[in-house]
Amino acid sequence: MKDILALLGKELTLEWRNKYAFNGMILYLVSTVFICYLSFRIKSNALSPPVWNTLFWIIILFTAINAISKSFSQESKNRQGYYYSLVSPEAVILSKLLYNFILMLILTFIGFGIYTLFLLNPVQDIPLYLLSLALGALGFTGVLTLVAGIASKAENTGSLMALLSFPIIIPMLLMLMRLSKNAMDGLAFSVSRDEIMTLVGIDVIVIALSFILFPYLWKS
Amino acid sequence: MTLKNTWWKALGALLLIYVSIAGLIGEVPRLPILNETIRNTYFHVPLWFGMMTLMTVSMVKSFQYLRKGDIDLDHSAFSHAHVALLFGVLGFVSGAVWGNYTWGSPLPIDPKIIAVEVGMLIYSAYFILRGSFEDEQKKARLSAIFNIFAYAAFMPLVWILPRVTESLHPGNGGNPAFGKYDMDNLMKLVFYPAVIGWILIGLWISNLKQRIQKLVYDKQNT
Repeated sequence: MKDILALLGKELTLEWRNKYAFNGMILYLVSTVFICYLSFRIKSNALSPPVWNTLFWIIILFTAINAISKSFSQESKNRQGYYYSLVSPEAVILSKLLYNFILMLILTFIGFGIYTLFLLNPVQDIPLYLLSLALGALGFTGVLTLVAGIASKAENTGSLMALLSFPIIIPMLLMLMRLSKNAMDGLAFSVSRDEIMTLVGIDVIVIALSFILFPYLWKS
Repeated sequence: MTLKNTWWKALGALLLIYVSIAGLIGEVPRLPILNETIRNTYFHVPLWFGMMTLMTVSMVKSFQYLRKGDIDLDHSAFSHAHVALLFGVLGFVSGAVWGNYTWGSPLPIDPKIIAVEVGMLIYSAYFILRGSFEDEQKKARLSAIFNIFAYAAFMPLVWILPRVTESLHPGNGGNPAFGKYDMDNLMKLVFYPAVIGWILIGLWISNLKQRIQKLVYDKQNT
């Protein structure tokens, strides 16, 4: 437990000292949203609610892949070897998951803010939409952290990351889009209960598997 | 090894011969729209069962590899996944032909079809991942991790998603399942052997593929 907190503290300090990485992510979000703003809102004002929703999730997906793919590759092999001798792999993966979850949570909420600023806000049930954002952040973290670990061992990390994570993330993305569409239409909470349960289930499976499989990944 | 394990291979081959003959000339119920295409049940559906079985075997082998580190287990996982993908493509094609005549389109919008497309993408990614490593042990370990992860992500997609949305496939989204009324006892007599036959043949092909892999690997490393 102490190891996890120490590692988490290390990640946060690292992020704090290299603020350009985080600012880069924010700028990435802003520029993507701005491109959508230019191409959808100004040109034709043709953004129906389903398109609005899909566009938002695609932006979040790409941001997530960019943000999380560096979680293993930014540290040198030697430093990883150093951690290996100090702490258990469980502590490493838990701290990475926690850190990435915090990062994703901040990014999705900021992204939502920027997105609604530029492209209006047709969401009727904001709390439910925010819940779907949180579930999405958790699920993306679970899938992408382990995939980032796998991809960081290969040479062509960048393309492999997208290649491996897209198909795995699709089921989750479909459920998320459905849940957030319910939130946009302001449907009753009971309608979305199935989706929430499924999403929580997928998130739990994915995170438990990262936890189980990471020690094997760490060994190589 | 050679003679002891032949009975199930022979059984698989015989069952498939029986299915091909009985499936094509046997008596089938006359149903509107489906008509004679109902015979595709003997080929399209068992191919999916075969694919699921092979994927599961592949996942189990990957898991065993992580526990034991025996490179043969990795070859086994790879060849089972490979044949699973082949079965997937065959099932996809036979389904597209079938859909063309019954649903009016080879690729209607349907969660099961989406699920299978995603599944084929996942396993293609698995082969790409395998191709991007030089070191055998590293390749085996990382692709085993991905294989287990992919299986866990793929199964909810196939089993849960079609059941909560509308689907054209029987048994999903309120449509009646097989055996409710469109499959009579005579058809079951062919259908169940077909399922077993396809699974056995799939295992046999994977087995052969694994042995070839082992030979190639041994040759490279001597």
